[in-house]
Amino acid sequence: MDDVKKQTNLKKASEHGIQAPLALLAELSHRCPLQCPYCSNPVQLEKKTGELTTDEWKSVIDQAVEMGMHQIHLSGGEPTVRHDLEDIVEHCTNKGLYTNLITSGVLLNPDRLKKLEKLGLEHVQLSFQDTDNDNADRIGGFKGGHAKKLEVAKWVREVELPLTCNCVVHRQNIDNLENFIQMALDLDAERVEIAQVQYYGWALKNRAAFIPTPEQLDHATEIVEKARIDLKGKLVIDYVIPDYYAKHPKNCMGGWGRRFLNMNPKGDVLPCHAAETIPHLKFDNVREHSLKWIWENSEAFNIYRGTDWMPEPCKSCDRKEIDWGGCRCQAMALTGDAKNTDPACSISPLHSEIFSMAAEEARRAPPEFIYRRYGVRFNSPI
Amino acid sequence: MTDILKINENIIPKFPKHVRFRFNKARKEWVILAPERLVKLDPIAVEILQLVNGERAVRTIANELSKKFNAPEDTILADVKEMLQDLSDKGFIEENG
Ligand code: SF4
Ligand code: SF4
Repeated sequence: MDDVKKQTNLKKASEHGIQAPLALLAELSHRCPLQCPYCSNPVQLEKKTGELTTDEWKSVIDQAVEMGMHQIHLSGGEPTVRHDLEDIVEHCTNKGLYTNLITSGVLLNPDRLKKLEKLGLEHVQLSFQDTDNDNADRIGGFKGGHAKKLEVAKWVREVELPLTCNCVVHRQNIDNLENFIQMALDLDAERVEIAQVQYYGWALKNRAAFIPTPEQLDHATEIVEKARIDLKGKLVIDYVIPDYYAKHPKNCMGGWGRRFLNMNPKGDVLPCHAAETIPHLKFDNVREHSLKWIWENSEAFNIYRGTDWMPEPCKSCDRKEIDWGGCRCQAMALTGDAKNTDPACSISPLHSEIFSMAAEEARRAPPEFIYRRYGVRFNSPI
Repeated sequence: MTDILKINENIIPKFPKHVRFRFNKARKEWVILAPERLVKLDPIAVEILQLVNGERAVRTIANELSKKFNAPEDTILADVKEMLQDLSDKGFIEENG
């Protein structure tokens, strides 16, 4: 990590020709009644006392609008744990941001949803762990969760809010893929998001429990492709395949620091929600700098912007401005150096070793989950 | 969502509740916003969509545009239908009624 110390001459956003970000992912709180073992939150969860205040969020929202951002995703943890969610939603819609709530739903009630809708909330994304009640509750680590979610979905539609079902799929529920799609139809959702687990943070600790076999995956892709044709114009299906089995990595976040901002509950501004898994990054905080300053100057952004930082094989690859070398967090997690080519890329020298290991895990019986909890310690780094 | 919509000239198009057609002041551009979607629009699309209000039929939209731009109505109608069909297939336009 010798590249970390001398960062004074990093190019800034404007010098890369990068415009203002498009959307803000606002993690209002890391608190959450569920304990999904693939949670994208960092393994070190932020406590309530460190969270930004209502006024601090409002100021962030003002700044986001001034910069020209279009959308805000109110997320977490569980954003509804915050009692000022209503104030925040109201402020977002007053300022003209497209406001989306990403929730597990279990803390919502009909009155609160009605209120949020009145205040201008535009869309709800409700997460589901499975379509099988018991398995869903087991994965989320929350008894009664699935039944509650089905109810919440109805309340969402009763106040005529559009609904997306977020379904994270993996080897322990992927065989229910058709049921997920049917569930979304039954719940009158506009859209269903079927995402494979992405392996960093909590999910990486649980990779063996989640990683599907290539056969399961091919089958899933077939189902999605067919459903997309059958349901065209009825249900939008977004599908994210795990890039472990893809030929090239995903164009993670549309490129590091190119399109999106992520804010954690205490106001650190991150290029992606998993960026805290890269230990040498130092994040700037909205309590100290403006959002605009951070987007332009923050070292955590500039360090992997553009292509100058890339080593081979990315450096001389003609896809380097298509996928931007893949995911930095995955490179960090799997190779120990965030600037390496994302090993999900078949060109990465580490690809075959790492992915035959993953495929091997997929063939074995799944181990127990390590649930997302505060203060969990891990004996082995990874 | 309802069934697949086939755009014809009698249809009255509107934006679904979760879809916003908005002007972004800081960027000075019109966009369509929907969950996880952002559609940038060319000037012709903006002209068409500014007339979508849940009251005008496709025919009326084409008629108004043909007057405004002094262009043959049937060519415009074809363009309007094509663009709205595309947006409807993506879930950004629905029929009022
Ligand atoms: S993934 Fe699960 S545990 Fe993590 S924030 Fe979402 S609902 Fe909570
Ligand atoms: S080598 Fe790098 S730039 Fe080329 S496809 Fe792989 S990750 Fe993308």
